[in-house]
Amino acid sequence: MSAQPAVDAGATPFLEARDLSVEFVTRSGDVARALDGVHVSVQRGEILAVVGESGSGKTTLARTLIGLQRPSAGEVLLEGAPLSYSQKGLRGLRSRVQMVLQDAAGSLNPRQTVYESVAEGIRLHRRVARDPENRSEAELVAAALAEAGLRPPERLFLRYPHELSGGQKQRVLIAGALALRPELILADEPVSSLDASIRGEILALLLKLRSDLGMGVVVVTHDLGLAWNIADRIAVMYLGRVVECGTTEEVLSRPRHPYTQALLSVVPEIDFLEPVVLHGEIPDPSRIPAGCRFHPRCPQLASGAAATAGVADDCVGTPLPVLPAGGDHRVACHLDAVRTT
Amino acid sequence: MNGVDAVSAVLDLRDVTVTYRTAEGPLPAVRGVDLTVRPGEVVGLAGESGCGKSTLVGTVLRLQPASATVEGEVLVLGQDVQSISWGKLRALRWAGASIVFQGALHSLNPVQRIGAQIAEPIRLHEPELSRQAVDVRVEELLEQVGLAASRKRSYPHQLSGGQRQRVMIAMALACRPQLVVADEPTTALDVMVQAQILDLLKDLVRDLGVGLLIISHDLSVLADICDRVVVMYAGRIVESGRANEVFTDPLHPYTKALSGAFPRIGDPAARYAPAGLAGDPPDPRDLPPGCSFAPRCPLAVPECTVAEPPLVEVGPGRPVACIRVGES
Amino acid sequence: MTTPASGPVTLTPRQVTRRRRALAARRTWASFRSHRSGLFGLALLSFFILVALLAPVLADGEGLEVTKATGGVLESPGSGGFLLGTDENGRSIVTLLIWGSRISLFVGLLATLIAMVIGTLVGLASGFFEGWPARVLYRFTEWFLVIPFVPLAIVLATVLGRSLLNIVIVIGITGWASTAMLIRSQTLSIRERPFVERARVLGAGRWHQMSRHVLPNVMPMVFANTTLTVALAILAETTLSFLGLGDPTRVSWGTMLDDAFSVGAMTTGAWWYIIPPGVCVVLVVLAFTLVGQALEEVFNPRLKGR
Repeated sequence: MSAQPAVDAGATPFLEARDLSVEFVTRSGDVARALDGVHVSVQRGEILAVVGESGSGKTTLARTLIGLQRPSAGEVLLEGAPLSYSQKGLRGLRSRVQMVLQDAAGSLNPRQTVYESVAEGIRLHRRVARDPENRSEAELVAAALAEAGLRPPERLFLRYPHELSGGQKQRVLIAGALALRPELILADEPVSSLDASIRGEILALLLKLRSDLGMGVVVVTHDLGLAWNIADRIAVMYLGRVVECGTTEEVLSRPRHPYTQALLSVVPEIDFLEPVVLHGEIPDPSRIPAGCRFHPRCPQLASGAAATAGVADDCVGTPLPVLPAGGDHRVACHLDAVRTT
Repeated sequence: MNGVDAVSAVLDLRDVTVTYRTAEGPLPAVRGVDLTVRPGEVVGLAGESGCGKSTLVGTVLRLQPASATVEGEVLVLGQDVQSISWGKLRALRWAGASIVFQGALHSLNPVQRIGAQIAEPIRLHEPELSRQAVDVRVEELLEQVGLAASRKRSYPHQLSGGQRQRVMIAMALACRPQLVVADEPTTALDVMVQAQILDLLKDLVRDLGVGLLIISHDLSVLADICDRVVVMYAGRIVESGRANEVFTDPLHPYTKALSGAFPRIGDPAARYAPAGLAGDPPDPRDLPPGCSFAPRCPLAVPECTVAEPPLVEVGPGRPVACIRVGES
Repeated sequence: MTTPASGPVTLTPRQVTRRRRALAARRTWASFRSHRSGLFGLALLSFFILVALLAPVLADGEGLEVTKATGGVLESPGSGGFLLGTDENGRSIVTLLIWGSRISLFVGLLATLIAMVIGTLVGLASGFFEGWPARVLYRFTEWFLVIPFVPLAIVLATVLGRSLLNIVIVIGITGWASTAMLIRSQTLSIRERPFVERARVLGAGRWHQMSRHVLPNVMPMVFANTTLTVALAILAETTLSFLGLGDPTRVSWGTMLDDAFSVGAMTTGAWWYIIPPGVCVVLVVLAFTLVGQALEEVFNPRLKGR
């Protein structure tokens, strides 16, 4: 398979989120911060995994990156230029960046055939007129389906979504995105609803698109194994912030944040970590804890390790800086800061 | 697997076959499955959607739709579920065996408080209990599954996904059954919540001595919690054995694929190399000749399409249905 | 067109669309056929439509003119060669029924068309868009929904004057609100479906989302609702005509009932003047309702098997 590409850390990232915040007003009138200051960047041809539990803000991040959600603060930059939220600006973004939504079964219009679903983007962006090889619409659709691993493509043209298997639906969605020749694909839980045996095929497809077409991928997932399978870099999110980021090897082999360590320890196949099952679930984003946002569930604070290192007060009271986007292995944790210096 | 004392087993499936009548002809969903669960034992049933595992679960409490024909014996606590009277079956449901269904959100009544929903099966099966006694039991159950007793006044929408799944488990335990069947209990839950639920199930089996049958498509989850694992493909068992053996040393090529689907984090061989199987599971109405896995099998040889391979013991308690096992 | 290297079969988009439509039509018909009551309704409906279309062939139009009437006053059925007797002017009831079916169906269909167009547009707009214009539209719809039909219709008919077109307008603008509510609720639920979001991700504007994704998924409901609304519109036409608000120069089943009532057909025992138009109204309404219910089940799989 494709090896990790040499990514020039100094170059302008292809897509970047700078200090992104997204706020919602809940029904009870509280302000919920789904994203609370996030720096993330993706280089061309890079595969980034955004990992977290539900409620961590990872899906909101992906939706904000494609302009479905407007940030309340911060900005999204495409090749260094801030994203414009005009109809034209969004169209421009979406002809270069595409997203495969989480729910493969629901993301296909039940009244459209596979052909129409895949041709939709081609028609919206008038790709037939601009095709360098002068291909017809049907040829473009067939090519996209074939690239997504659906062969022979013509046999699927007239199928309706309910006549497809789960893996085929996911491939049709990927084909619909591919037809636009995006430079980056955002994939929200691309395999979580698929059977185990189909999973590997879809992940292999994402890798193949990167090696054949140079396409970058941002994959949003709760599945650390998936990140290990395909990602170059990982950003671990907790309650609207990135708490640890770095290369996949660094983050998953030598996790430094107690949250990442706990997440990794409960993966059934992990044997190098003692299982740490955290109590409770991610708190409500309208009530973000003071200090380190993870402190109410932090096993290091509960076990007294933080107190021994003399940072327990900081954990409870001092907010942590927002992690910058970029190559190094970085952790937002008071305890880690003391230990590494 | 074979030669188990039927009386001591809480669940004993003997050569169970389930066929649906459909407009396009008969659909064999389950084809000759033998399975035993003893008290205090956790058995995992692995397989992907359409392999017949959910159909099989339905037969345990005779919940299969009217269009299904069940052959063979389904013994729950020694009683043949498929032939006993309605009255006996009702007594058996909840009190003898209960099911935790997948999709906790849709299985709970949205307009009824949690407490009332847990109390419902208790009231039905033990009508002589007083209101207070039922109340006490509901609070005990909630605490048993790790929820505050005050949660009984909550509505389902006020709970998170993990808490709802806990409520489902509390409901399943309400009438002190001896067999609990959990259909994909952790699907759609986060890793951390999944770990919490699995821990809870492990504790319950240890403390209550119930027999637990867990259905999942994730072999790694089953390996973590089960004593034995049974792998199904296209309506048949293709391999079974001790959980960690099946997971770490799978013999059937399909089990190998399932086991490899979730990589070992830290294993350099899995970097940029996701393991998967080409193709989709076969249509049960139109099964390929011979071994139903042959069209997707990386080891398939022409002989594979001649006859369906029987389950053969290749080691102690380790039956595998593959003619290529043992060669090398 | 050149053959691509990827496969031997090449279809133009138009061929694809045509095939898809044919396939969908065939599937819908197959599903409709399994509803026995719907088929019965369809047969009944075809009969009435045929009668209305063939009226000049079935009965001489001159039979409607009072001056050219050949029969006696309120002749009973069978006498003088009149199958269902005559009215107070000596006209054949059968002729009146046949010609009346034209007006009843015409008013019903045209009024429904008006109600459907207004209802669908208002429902789509108030369901798809957000902000105050949508809220105002919604309140407006609710307001129309609670206005009692008959008094409003009487007022409107009086203001606009007694003509066929006015009846159509009155029924149309009083009948759209329930359609709008139905379309709005459907639109609201479809708008939240992931495939609409996917269209947005692909770069679709609002118009595209609405016309390609929301409308096609709402249309079947509109279609099923139409047939039910026709039934209501025909009843409304009958009601208004019976109340004397119809066009006095044209014969419809409603004006027949009105005339029958005013000449005291009830007290003189001239049942042949009252029952046939009444039965016709009931049968047509029944036919539309049965077809509508069957279509609703065909298009809304959730209702299947209930």
